[in-house]
Amino acid sequence: MANPLIEMKGIEKHFGAVIALAGVSVDILPGECHCLLGDNGAGKSTFIKTMSGVHKPTKGQIFFEGQPMSFGNPRDSIAAGIATVYQDLAMIPLMSVSRNFFMGNEPTKRMGPISVFDHKHANSVTMSEMKKMGINLRGPDQAVGTLSGGERQTVAIARAVHFGAKVLILDEPTSALGVRQTSNVLATIDRVRKNGIAVVFITHNVRHALAVGDRFTVLNRGKTLGTAKRGEITPEELQDLMAGGQELATLEGSLGGTV
Amino acid sequence: MSQAAVPPDSDERIKEMSGFRKSLMRPELGGICGTIIVFVFFFFTASGSGMFSPAGIMNWSVVSAQFMIIAVGACLLMIAGEFDLSVGSMIGFAGMSIALLSTSAGFPMWAAILLTFVVCVAIGALNGWLVIKTGLPSFIVTLAFLFILRGITIFAAIATTRKTIIGGLREEAAGDWLAPIFGGKILTGLFQWMGDAGWIETFSRGTRAGEPVVDGIPMLIVWALVLVAFGHFLLTRTKFGNWVFAAGGDAQAARYAGVPVNSVKILMFMFTAFTAVVFATCQVMEFGSAGADRGLLKEFEAIISVVIGGALLTGGYGSVIGAALGALIFGVVQQGLFFAGVESSLFRVFLGVILLLAVILNTYIRRMITGEK
Repeated sequence: MANPLIEMKGIEKHFGAVIALAGVSVDILPGECHCLLGDNGAGKSTFIKTMSGVHKPTKGQIFFEGQPMSFGNPRDSIAAGIATVYQDLAMIPLMSVSRNFFMGNEPTKRMGPISVFDHKHANSVTMSEMKKMGINLRGPDQAVGTLSGGERQTVAIARAVHFGAKVLILDEPTSALGVRQTSNVLATIDRVRKNGIAVVFITHNVRHALAVGDRFTVLNRGKTLGTAKRGEITPEELQDLMAGGQELATLEGSLGGTV
Repeated sequence: MSQAAVPPDSDERIKEMSGFRKSLMRPELGGICGTIIVFVFFFFTASGSGMFSPAGIMNWSVVSAQFMIIAVGACLLMIAGEFDLSVGSMIGFAGMSIALLSTSAGFPMWAAILLTFVVCVAIGALNGWLVIKTGLPSFIVTLAFLFILRGITIFAAIATTRKTIIGGLREEAAGDWLAPIFGGKILTGLFQWMGDAGWIETFSRGTRAGEPVVDGIPMLIVWALVLVAFGHFLLTRTKFGNWVFAAGGDAQAARYAGVPVNSVKILMFMFTAFTAVVFATCQVMEFGSAGADRGLLKEFEAIISVVIGGALLTGGYGSVIGAALGALIFGVVQQGLFFAGVESSLFRVFLGVILLLAVILNTYIRRMITGEK
């Protein structure tokens, strides 16, 4: 087994009197899709924000490629190769795909004494990267606002991969999407994973998780309820773990097993 | 990474866009159409009044150039997602500062101008810093400065000289090396030569007999063109320009992508203050005086020019060329109504109507870009 890219050991995070994370341990392997499941309020968001440098853990250690790391802010973690794609904060709708793609990483060329934005290079890279991801653009100057939600997620993922992400954290990328768009995003995750990039996929939809996940970690009330490998666990068991078991079983009975 | 552009296969889900709709997406479109309409209109209604004689052209060019200078600053700031309502007061403040420093405080003119630039750009930075630190809308913070700066200007003028208009600055500026950069004229030789050749009108009587009526291009117009070119280049061709769009489009998303949003916004506040001081200095040099009430309502005129030019009030979208055309429309109509002999109060009616039309058109265009219903 390969060495883990990220190891999070006994992470605790307290916000004043609230204990958001009470000792969570997870390791992320290269080339795997690690699904982080949990109901609302389970601590998923706090956990990935700790991983991406937004929050500092109150207790616990983070190892990145075997070295202990302490990320002061999101820029540190981005520089180390941990990219986070947030659900609705990935893209700027009024800007073109190519301007969005290179936002914060603009390619420049010299024009006499001044350096200018190399639009030609940006446009050609954007078009070829989008084609690889299966998105046909009208042109690199097409506004992101005209793309569907799934395509926007895909552009954001392609951007992170292009700029050298080793770990890609996806915060509920499918929760606001339709069936077809969801399958596009899941296909993108699969493609990225095959390039040896670790994907941390946060969701509360068991079916989306099972579609692409290699391992599944369930969070509940700030604790890990364990990590299972693909094939070791059934959708029903996962669902039960997420909801904390009991209540959902009775609910599910009355709904005829459709949840 | 592959560098070559791969031509995309056609996708049945993307509707082919007509050239017309594509051109509608350009922010400058409204400004270009407006400019054509305005010129055609005045060509037919006011051509006999001397509006398109050299002196007439110079008349509305100067007025348009004034609007252009402050519109460039307001445009970049608006695209970065902020407003500055203190531009007008800043113009009065800067003019008074130059006047008081050079007359009462006895500074040489160049030092008075440079010191004023430093002070006013610092106030611009303070505006921006307050907006960023407090998270308040820039509307409120700069509204406060609209009153603060105007108040200080009037107080300083009265406290030191017991007057609200300070004259005699032309004498102070005589022989100064910096003053002509704001108040001088260029190409005077060319205009004299054209006058001698009989191509343009010359004075036939008086002390200036033989001199052309229009004797050069005022530096005000040069400043306007240089600032427009600079602003357009910065916005469309540089890395920083991309950050300006990003900061105004969605500040949080831009931050996540590593764009230094706060610095971008503060720099744009400083640039807006800079353009206000350029305006004020040119005006002071032209009139030879500074008045405490100068620049009144200029902030709104700048914002209207920018909006006519296709920028969105909500930020993230717009064009400096568009704003310059908006300023041109503004200047041509204001002076054109005068040439056409129309009651000048109707200019405000026109202003309100065109502002309304521009905002409605812009909203429609934004919906088209983002595909919302």
